[in-house]
Amino acid sequence: MTRSDFGQNSVPWLLSMPAFALFLGLLAVPMALTAVLSFNAFDGMRGIQPGFSLTNYVAILSDGYYYELFLRTGTMAFGVTIICIIIGVPETLILARMRPAWQGTFFVVILGPLLISVVVRTLGWQILLSREGPVNSILIRLHLVDHPIQLLFSMAGVIIVLTHVLLPFMIIAVWSALQRLDTQVSHAARSLGAGALTTFGRITLPQLMPGILSGAIIVFTLSASAFATPAIIGGRRVKVVTTAIYDEFLNSMNWPLGAAIAVLLLLGIVFVVVGSNQLTERKFKQVFA
Amino acid sequence: MSNRVIGQNGPVALTFHTLLTVFILAPLIVVILVSLSDKGYISMPFDGASLRWYREILRAPELLSAFLLSIRLGIASATLASAVAMPAALAIARYRFVGRDGLMAFFMSPMMIPHVVLGIAFLRFFSIMAWTGSFAALVLVHMLIVTPFSLRLTLAAVIGLDRSAEHAARSLGASRFVAFRRTLLPLILPGVAGGWVLAFIQSFDDVTMTIFVATPSTTTLPVALYNRITQSSDPITTSVSTVMIIGAIFFMFSLDRMVGLNNVLIGKRTG
Repeated sequence: MTRSDFGQNSVPWLLSMPAFALFLGLLAVPMALTAVLSFNAFDGMRGIQPGFSLTNYVAILSDGYYYELFLRTGTMAFGVTIICIIIGVPETLILARMRPAWQGTFFVVILGPLLISVVVRTLGWQILLSREGPVNSILIRLHLVDHPIQLLFSMAGVIIVLTHVLLPFMIIAVWSALQRLDTQVSHAARSLGAGALTTFGRITLPQLMPGILSGAIIVFTLSASAFATPAIIGGRRVKVVTTAIYDEFLNSMNWPLGAAIAVLLLLGIVFVVVGSNQLTERKFKQVFA
Repeated sequence: MSNRVIGQNGPVALTFHTLLTVFILAPLIVVILVSLSDKGYISMPFDGASLRWYREILRAPELLSAFLLSIRLGIASATLASAVAMPAALAIARYRFVGRDGLMAFFMSPMMIPHVVLGIAFLRFFSIMAWTGSFAALVLVHMLIVTPFSLRLTLAAVIGLDRSAEHAARSLGASRFVAFRRTLLPLILPGVAGGWVLAFIQSFDDVTMTIFVATPSTTTLPVALYNRITQSSDPITTSVSTVMIIGAIFFMFSLDRMVGLNNVLIGKRTG
């Protein structure tokens, strides 16, 4: 490498330096400190004990409570993801068929809530789902139920609200895939005599699959890391990983244990993202090769 | 995209769409309705409406100071984030260098890491550095979580740019800096401004990360609102929420004017 090459290469680094310094000092360092913290022991009387120990991880991995906690969080995130696919894919196709003016309006309606604080949206659901709330009174008036059903502080309630909060991400992902759709192939299929349903199942859906899967990854990870919604709608009865971390840090004050749960959450999410990326890449090589 | 391929929406599709629209708007409408009630508990305003809960906001000093803090925090962190994101976007868009992809992934990583994990990492960091309760420290961590949004929009603006004006300015003898300020900057300004607004909104709305580092003197509006909601069922939460909804609608329109809402929310694919 000559000196001028080095000169060329130093310009982008100089330009990135302010942001890089910020990220190094305020992201890499705190994250490393958290990883270290998770290996510290904790003593109720003396607080955080420096030195390397696996106490927290052993405590988590040997206690069925934490397995249940992670399993509950995973089930919740999986449920939200499935519902977002079932609702989001048809809605995106409906949006694509609209006239441009309506399309613009409903884009604002569907995507606009992303710009409103999740606490506000969750508060609305807290009112809607309460025992005497509108959802229960409609269900009773329609004679679907006799008594108000418990939606607040239930897993069903948390899944409904998270679906509301995260659905826009699924629609965005499917929409991006729809924009890349090659309509010629569908035309060809139809003109060769395939029915609308066959064309959709054999031509359109496979092309939308990458979008659906990237939307699913986003929705899954955001569900598993959601805090305000499970905390407000689930309360103490539906405890998930994030609310457990919050309790360890701000109520029990056992920071090392909370840090260990956080490290496991992060690893779990990385595992799911990387795993599904590899899975989809292999699958799509088969489909499109 | 051709409409003929997928055809028109039938009655089933339109029913589905209507129900989904109701599902999406219901929680927002119910918040606005309850905020107009004149009762001292959560109720609908149909048998007595008033602006009582809006007047109550003015009598709640902790909510007002949280609101002002959130505004100051949003402006400071969005401005600083735009300032560091702009040169970084130029570097990533215009140069091919070793570590470019890694750097981009590093700058985008706050979007992938759960905010609870970032929250505890900052809580630990603040307690070690004795930064707890510092507004400047809060600005720095908000700057970190909003930089990806600012970077993404600025990057989209730089990548989509025609460089001929800049080349003309340079060949006519303008210095690198003058060429940047007089030709490049005006062209990327809508993207930078859009990135700023999106960064402001992300900072203003964040609750999950901030709740870990907020102290009584550094409580933001969403954190104050969260605390109220979990501790009591007081209709003032709905009037505060309505003000936040109106603010979000205002920002939605300004974003739409600056860069187009579709570009912000759907995001242009960047290289």
